[in-house]
Amino acid sequence: MSAADAPQDAVRDGRMAPASTLGVLATLRRAAQVSPELLEGLTLTLALAVVAAAARVLVPVAVQQTVDTAILAPGGADVTRAAALVGIAAVGLAVGAACSALVNVRLFRSSEAGLLTLRTRAFRHVHDLSVLTQNTERRGSLVSRVTSDVDTISMFVQWGGIMLLVSVLQILVATTLMAVYSWQLTLLVWACFVPLLVVLPRMQRGVNRRYAAVRERYGAMLGAVSEAVVGAETIRAYGVAARTQRRIDGAVAATRRAMVRAQNLVAVVFSSGVLVANLVLAVVVVAGTWLGVAGDLTVGRVLAFLFLVQLFTGPVQMATEILNELQNAISGWRRVLGVLETPVDVAEPGDDAVPSPRGPAALTFQHVGYAYPGGPPVLQDVDLQVAAGTSVAVVGATGSGKTTLAKLVARFMDPTTGAVLLDGVDLRRVASTDLRRRVVLVPQEGFLFDGTLTQNIAYGLRDEAAALGPDLPPHVEARVAQVVEELGLDAWVAELPAGMSTSVGQRGELLSAGERQLVALARARLADGDLLLLDEATSAVDPVAEVRIARALRELARGRTTLTIAHRLSTAEAADLVVVVHAGRVVEVGTHTELVARGEHYASMHAAWVSQTR
Amino acid sequence: MPARPRPSDDPQRPTAPAARSALRGSTARRSVGLIWRGLRAHPRTYAAAIGTSALFGGLTVVVSRVLGAVTDQVVVPALAGSTEAQGRIWLAGLAVALVALLLALTVAARRVLAGIGVADIQADHRRAVTRQYLRLPMSWHRRHPTGQLLSNAGSDVEAATGVFNPLPFALGVVVMIVAAAVALLRTDVWLALAALVVLPLAVVANLVFQRRMTPAITRAQQLRAEVADVAHESFEAAALVKSLGTEDREEERFSDRARELRQANVRVGVVRAVFDPVIDLLPNLGTLLVLLVGVHRVAAGAIGTGDVVAAAYLLTLLAVPVRAFGWVLGELPRGLVGHDRISRVLDAGEVPVDGATPWAATTPGAGVRMRDVRLSVPTAEGEVELLRGIDLDVAPGRTLAVVGPTGSGKSTLVGLVPRLVDPTAGVVELDGTDVRELRPADLAAQVGYVSQSTFVFEDTVRGNVTLADPGDEGAPGDDEVWAALAAARVDDVVRALPDGLDAPLGERGANLSGGQRQRLALARALVRRPRVLVLDDATSAVDPRVERAILTGLRSDDDATGPTVLLVAYRMASVLLADEVVHVEAGRVVDRGTHAELLARDPGYRELATAYERESQRRVREQADEEATDVWDDEVTAGGPR
Repeated sequence: MSAADAPQDAVRDGRMAPASTLGVLATLRRAAQVSPELLEGLTLTLALAVVAAAARVLVPVAVQQTVDTAILAPGGADVTRAAALVGIAAVGLAVGAACSALVNVRLFRSSEAGLLTLRTRAFRHVHDLSVLTQNTERRGSLVSRVTSDVDTISMFVQWGGIMLLVSVLQILVATTLMAVYSWQLTLLVWACFVPLLVVLPRMQRGVNRRYAAVRERYGAMLGAVSEAVVGAETIRAYGVAARTQRRIDGAVAATRRAMVRAQNLVAVVFSSGVLVANLVLAVVVVAGTWLGVAGDLTVGRVLAFLFLVQLFTGPVQMATEILNELQNAISGWRRVLGVLETPVDVAEPGDDAVPSPRGPAALTFQHVGYAYPGGPPVLQDVDLQVAAGTSVAVVGATGSGKTTLAKLVARFMDPTTGAVLLDGVDLRRVASTDLRRRVVLVPQEGFLFDGTLTQNIAYGLRDEAAALGPDLPPHVEARVAQVVEELGLDAWVAELPAGMSTSVGQRGELLSAGERQLVALARARLADGDLLLLDEATSAVDPVAEVRIARALRELARGRTTLTIAHRLSTAEAADLVVVVHAGRVVEVGTHTELVARGEHYASMHAAWVSQTR
Repeated sequence: MPARPRPSDDPQRPTAPAARSALRGSTARRSVGLIWRGLRAHPRTYAAAIGTSALFGGLTVVVSRVLGAVTDQVVVPALAGSTEAQGRIWLAGLAVALVALLLALTVAARRVLAGIGVADIQADHRRAVTRQYLRLPMSWHRRHPTGQLLSNAGSDVEAATGVFNPLPFALGVVVMIVAAAVALLRTDVWLALAALVVLPLAVVANLVFQRRMTPAITRAQQLRAEVADVAHESFEAAALVKSLGTEDREEERFSDRARELRQANVRVGVVRAVFDPVIDLLPNLGTLLVLLVGVHRVAAGAIGTGDVVAAAYLLTLLAVPVRAFGWVLGELPRGLVGHDRISRVLDAGEVPVDGATPWAATTPGAGVRMRDVRLSVPTAEGEVELLRGIDLDVAPGRTLAVVGPTGSGKSTLVGLVPRLVDPTAGVVELDGTDVRELRPADLAAQVGYVSQSTFVFEDTVRGNVTLADPGDEGAPGDDEVWAALAAARVDDVVRALPDGLDAPLGERGANLSGGQRQRLALARALVRRPRVLVLDDATSAVDPRVERAILTGLRSDDDATGPTVLLVAYRMASVLLADEVVHVEAGRVVDRGTHAELLARDPGYRELATAYERESQRRVREQADEEATDVWDDEVTAGGPR
């Protein structure tokens, strides 16, 4: 989806749209567009539903026919005729039941297919969004958009959808039959429901708002729970379980309140349907009797009509109920569609894309400035030339903007002013497949998947091994083993309980921070980019291992460009070029020797470092 | 990522406490248990809900009676020309309207009460599940994926309570069914039998349904959790996915699971798709049967026409409650599966036992002692020993640096002090008392722990430092917070934020840099004025100069009056601040002494301590070699100036 067809109000400084603002019908239309499977085979399903609905009037008709023509038959009860009538009705009922079973199955299949598409597209879109936008929404809440919000829709489409269909058809059938008996009373019955039709949409909007509040509270509650689960260690160490529980309890109570509020209104809407349905009986009694007195109706017809009215009001009540459920589904839909409507602020280049072939990468910063949305500038007027094959160390105090520099090169966001160029091409014009192939970032806290060491490192192969299962193909295992050896990590792996098959746990929590960094480095090495961005990627690794890795990387990265955010100046000593960042500006650029000789920022940092390490 | 081996049910202790959550016995018994527990938890709500539902059942019968009476006494005579009856038309209408109003009121009340009941039971479950999350040890947490735990508190709770939505209705209309059965029996036994044959058939249909449904639902709920799991992991990995450009692969991984979920949902759907029409069909077939039997009985002269019509009408009335039972029974398999999944959390028999010994803060620093501490963890590959007999003694107020290669067990070792894990064998003592016997509140108050990876709560700066709500008893005041921020050298960062201490930090502290997050975590520990401070490589992202300032600041008051500090570090600058160093390798203490002592006698330590220095020297040598070679090259090739 492009940003162009998103409503204007969803575009708010790169934030995730909480929910789509489309109306009910527009939401449904949009939903059908996103998942066209929903409408597949609908004609046949509708035809089957008509048969199923028609079968619903069989019983009252059979009762009336049997009583009138068999039991009250002239000459005493006619058992044979009754048996025939009952037999025909039974066959009809069986056909009707078969049809509704078929309708159910068909709706299940199409709705689940449609929701699969919706789920997957929303999931994909979350990954397509910029890192900044992703960070505006809690992870737990994002998860609920592709899980429970979709489940809400699924519940509705499966149950409500079927019942709505059948109910509407039944209303039509009942109306036709009623009209056969008395068109005046039929008009009257419909007229009784007019006030409901006027009030209902307004109430439905209220229901809708309240269900939206439920979904929102629910998302917030999952967010609170996820914090308690992910932050379990901190909570335990600080003994703040009670406070965390208080917060969760608050979120749980808020969800409960929102649910009760929504259900109360639903109760009012539903019972007003019951009220009108039964008041209609009173109206029919009074009006029918009058019409009868006036000579327009017979007793039999009035009584038959009373029976038919119930055939009519039943589905009407059912329909109001389902419309309530629809509101719940609509708010689920809106939240999922809200994801799809959120524009990608780091957009793919269009026709002006410039191919970026593999090979040594040169990097240029042209007057680059950056400020996070609503924040002060983090980088200002950065100009930098990095020739292909150079190793660059970026040094500076924490918070000086070093990491932002790396993120701009990885195009996690675009500079607010100026441009970052790769081989002379503005990153905004490089297709992301090219960019990701060529630029590889290793952050300080790399993410590890819950799997084995081999699986995590093999992830660096990206799509080449897209079908990675529990059993990796031998050539993949061999490449992983080779990388581990190249980086000199084999001794460490040998110490692990199951070597390369050791499970790393969720987020790699079974490993120490330093070990996680080793895995992330091996993974990045396997990813084999032209430009390697190392953002304090070895900060938690022991000195011996770090030195060994740095040396190995230098060997392997010959001819490639590396940009290292350095926390230890040993990296800077070895780099071709040292860049000193201070308060968002590049203040010094040169080789280690040059900068030490210059005797300014870098020289004093280096002197301090040397005094600490030796 | 490929399918991970999922931990099977947690090992349950053989002697479980009486209040287990899991339901046992046959499916029927478990179903009754599930319903009974819900009702018992909120007796008043459900008494009222079922009461109004019974009232509704009664009123439904009343409506038919009133209609019958109105027909007999008003409509028929009026049409026959009775002016008196014609005058009563309005009265008749009013009577029907009045009953209608009552009916609507009972419906509204029942639904409101049923809604409250479900919301209450859901809230109960969620509170219980999350309480358990907060109680269970880290070892349990590490074995259970976040997505799974989220889904236990989310969709599993919904599944477990789904049955309570139609329940009051179904139970309330039992009254209606009983009344109808009695009325039928009084009319004619054969007619009653014909009508009531529907009920055992419904039971049989439900049994068949349950048997088919349970495995399908179990699978669907499991897959629902797995989809949540993949989504959660993948979204947590968003930055990695972006930087490697593996969006396609992640989409594949997610859609694989989502496709499986679709299949499972369709399988559930097909079972229901068949069951629902069958349950709808039964009362209708019953009506036809009544007609058939009725005709025979009328022909035999046993009953009148009116009796047949009344019996048929009663059966149509019964159609709704039978369907309500169908809804309850239809929800039961899902409910049981949801309940089982929740019970697995609630019954996890690993809740650590809290100690009860108070721990008084007598001196500024506490003594830390470990005696033959061993720790084994179960893994898929068998037991693995992480710590292999550690003996350690740190006097109050002293600073001990723990040094060793990556993965040697340093973090595990220091994590024993705040009781992140308990040792498998041996004892960890604080001021001479086993940490397991200390009151958890005292332990948390006096042991400050800062881990390698900082967890930032979605809260304000103040909330993240104090981990308390303003006004909580013992919550540090703003002065103390600022002092702690200053000690951690992060006060200027906070001061620059638009709202200062009230500035909200995004989820996981996304708007802070790594170093800022670490210093914030340091402030979190310092504000408590701990007597033992455990720093697990907690300053790695902090500039060396800042780190030194923080660490010396801790001890600046007066050398011996600071807290006891356990410090995992790689930087020699940090290590030099320690009174003593312990060198750990492969879960064992290799040597212990001052930095100088170890440097002199412990070769492994020497290698770690001098790595950078040696590397610099090596580089200098290399450079000299290279230059020499260059000169040689130049001379040989007689090239121009480079």
